[in-house]
Amino acid sequence: MTDNVDMIVIGAGPAGMAAATEAQSLGLSVLVLDEQVEPGGQIYRNIGRNDHKSLAFKNILGADYLRGRHVAKDFDRSGVAYKSGATVWQVDPDGAVSYSHEGVARQASGKRILLATGAMERPVPIPGWTLPGVMGAGAAQVLLKSAGAVPEGRVALAGSGPLLLLVARQLIDAGAELAAVLETTRRSDYFRAAGKLPQALRASDYLRKGISMRLKVREAKAPIYSGVRGLAAEGENRVVRLRFRHRGGDRDVAIDTLLLHEGVVPNLQITRALGCEHEWFAPQRYWRPVLDEWFNATVPNVAVAGDGAGIFGAEAAVLAGRISAFEAAYVLDKLPRAERESRAAPLRRRLNRHLAIRPLLDALFPPNAETLVPSDDSTVVCRCEEITAGAIREGVALGGVGPNQLKSYTRCGMGPCQGRLCGLTVAEIIADARGVSAADVGYYRIRPPIKPVTLEELAAFGE
Amino acid sequence: MFKRLPEGGAGAVTFDYEGQSISACAGDTVAAAVLVAGSGHTRTTPVSGAPRLPYCMIGVCFDCLMEIDGVPNRQACLVEVREGMKVRRQIGAREAGA
Repeated sequence: MTDNVDMIVIGAGPAGMAAATEAQSLGLSVLVLDEQVEPGGQIYRNIGRNDHKSLAFKNILGADYLRGRHVAKDFDRSGVAYKSGATVWQVDPDGAVSYSHEGVARQASGKRILLATGAMERPVPIPGWTLPGVMGAGAAQVLLKSAGAVPEGRVALAGSGPLLLLVARQLIDAGAELAAVLETTRRSDYFRAAGKLPQALRASDYLRKGISMRLKVREAKAPIYSGVRGLAAEGENRVVRLRFRHRGGDRDVAIDTLLLHEGVVPNLQITRALGCEHEWFAPQRYWRPVLDEWFNATVPNVAVAGDGAGIFGAEAAVLAGRISAFEAAYVLDKLPRAERESRAAPLRRRLNRHLAIRPLLDALFPPNAETLVPSDDSTVVCRCEEITAGAIREGVALGGVGPNQLKSYTRCGMGPCQGRLCGLTVAEIIADARGVSAADVGYYRIRPPIKPVTLEELAAFGE
Repeated sequence: MFKRLPEGGAGAVTFDYEGQSISACAGDTVAAAVLVAGSGHTRTTPVSGAPRLPYCMIGVCFDCLMEIDGVPNRQACLVEVREGMKVRRQIGAREAGA
């Protein structure tokens, strides 16, 4: 059985929800497919249920999170066809979308495809990062939002980026025992970022929030170490200690949980598999799909909105989603050209305000060079196949020039995650070893199915 | 390794984890429920047999692979826990034909 609709939206985070709601109101038939249990994406994860929780719990989550309830309510009321727990494993350029839902493979077809697949935490390959007890700071935040759970025992947060401090603030408010916050951001990053300040003042609310989060960590008397290097998690069958260098001295802290974070990067598995063109965004060292001003990708009738197109945050994602819906309606003859422009214009003005803060954040929180290219040869890079940084460098020494060659030399990127957790690192290690830019080294060739699908699911296709 | 806040969740769900009866909250993912219940590891790797726990919680890392109701290699962070579910660790690779 195939659903034929005007637009298939993949992902029900802020961009996907806003785009679907807007498109439906413009008379398009829309199908939203989302992998999670509830709409909201990761940023607004579980917003529908948490909106009914106690004020104390909502204060822990914070006002920025709660803003998501408006987007979620509009989405809920719109009556858009929406499937949760739907894992998309193939998108074809002709608009066919194959996915698994409740153990059965299905297909839907859209005249337009909007990819709203969001972001993922940048992998942070330090020694010991595969140990139980080590996870992403964003992962801990997902547990807070989705299960009201916080780490038990002593927690350390390490890395950089706005989310690191936000999670620190949330865990303190939730009563977790914060052993230390270790920032890889250095003093020189602050000086360099200062040059971007005048432009960022257009979005001064972001700056206020950043300062108040730091003060919160200070008040909680959790030690903050800035400019740390040499992070290494240690333990036998789980993490018990974090080692690091600070101001030239070796230090360590006893912990039960280590939460790592070095910013977020677009989740590009579908745009890659579709053959969309991508460009290297040097300040934050990630690829993003090449898009026109209406968020159209280089493959016809495919658009990308939200953090899957580059990291700009949830509020920008909502605006981009709505603008992309105007474009879809225009292309499908549901909205005159002039109206597409006039409706988009005020949203673009608001969008530009959200974009104004980004150069400052990008300069303030550059990904730590040590985790981009792990210097310790024994550090695992590919978590699935347990391929180390040293093995990648050996592959380069043998003449491997790009990630696809290294894949066949070493099996890196061939496990179930299909390179999601090692692709950027492998590209950076090769680039470093060859003395070129990761932009020139390129990325894995991603082929469907982009998520594992079982023969049983395929056998039940279309039932 | 995770503890539930008082406001954490509503509605009790009971499921089976490695032969033990575990209580969780409605709306929990299997990965979240097991992390709250406490478990040294939820899978071992096919390559070296190293223990792992969920890492990303958003469906990208595949470190939360578990056997759920007899189906091996499922992403436990994407599956909602249900009453009576049978959950086991994923030990190494899935067996051919399993």
